[in-house]
Amino acid sequence: MSTTIWIILAGAVATYISRIGGHLVLSRFDRVHPRVEAGLNAVPAAVLTTLVAPVATTGGPAEWAALVVAGVVALRGGLSAMFVAGAVVLIVLRNTL
Amino acid sequence: MSIAETTGQKFSPRSDFLDGARRGLPVVLASAPFGLLFGALAIQNGMTLGEAVLMSATVYAGASQMVGLELFGQTIAPWLIVLSIFAVNFRHVLYSAALGRKVTHWTSAQRAFGFFFLVDPQYAEGEKQSLRGRLSFAWYMGMATPIYVCWVIEAGLGAAFGSLIPNPHALGLDFLLPIYFLGLVMDFRKRPLWLPVVSVSAAASIAAYYFVGSPWHVSIGAAAGIALAAMMPPSGEGTGA
Repeated sequence: MSTTIWIILAGAVATYISRIGGHLVLSRFDRVHPRVEAGLNAVPAAVLTTLVAPVATTGGPAEWAALVVAGVVALRGGLSAMFVAGAVVLIVLRNTL
Repeated sequence: MSIAETTGQKFSPRSDFLDGARRGLPVVLASAPFGLLFGALAIQNGMTLGEAVLMSATVYAGASQMVGLELFGQTIAPWLIVLSIFAVNFRHVLYSAALGRKVTHWTSAQRAFGFFFLVDPQYAEGEKQSLRGRLSFAWYMGMATPIYVCWVIEAGLGAAFGSLIPNPHALGLDFLLPIYFLGLVMDFRKRPLWLPVVSVSAAASIAAYYFVGSPWHVSIGAAAGIALAAMMPPSGEGTGA
């Protein structure tokens, strides 16, 4: 097999370890400390924010407008509505600005 | 809170699976450009169509696949490429620790199988589903199946037809996922400490992005927000939140 395939398979194993590892470690404890509990409850907002904020700083007016519009729509509508709204703003502005 | 209302209803694995699949559809739409883009870029970086499909099918993590591609093109030691993939995916450790508490009713085999599919939106929707009162294995796999199948097919399509995409930038392909992730962040705005956590994670990840470098900004930013939540007084005491 080629080196590429070995790298892909090793990368797959590493990724799977990251996906099962947190659970395997945490499940060894019978009780979860309240502070650990509070930290874990913050995981979605904390992690997902890091996938948006730095990328947003690399954008321009079109990207910022798309995020603002999508964020406002998200306050009232569902995930699909906010995504479509943001995508439309992004594509329109990128082709007009 | 409508959790109490839902517990009285009857659920079948079939209806759970279909409900999960319905939640997966927006994810399929949002991730499709990236699945296709990955296939197209893989060919440009010297992979074969088979290798591109293999990577999407086994690694199944968009951002790390892109990072891997970036490094394949250069003369970098294989173990360093694998380490980079692991670093980009390290956030999944937190996902599995957090979601593991919600799936203690699954069998060990179900957990070992199900966590393979723990991509960002799968985790976020899984958390939300457990808040609604019932995160069954059927629901989880109902959501995962269309996302996974489409992701693998897209790698093949992108590899085969990628050169036909005229101008990916004009179509906004590179910025659709951040918009989608913003939506996921907003979905959790009812959680305690949401705004402080988001603010701290945003500031820390931006600082790390410029002063430490990618992909460490994800782990550093996440650690800052989680540390803040862990240090605050437990909710439910004091203000009655």
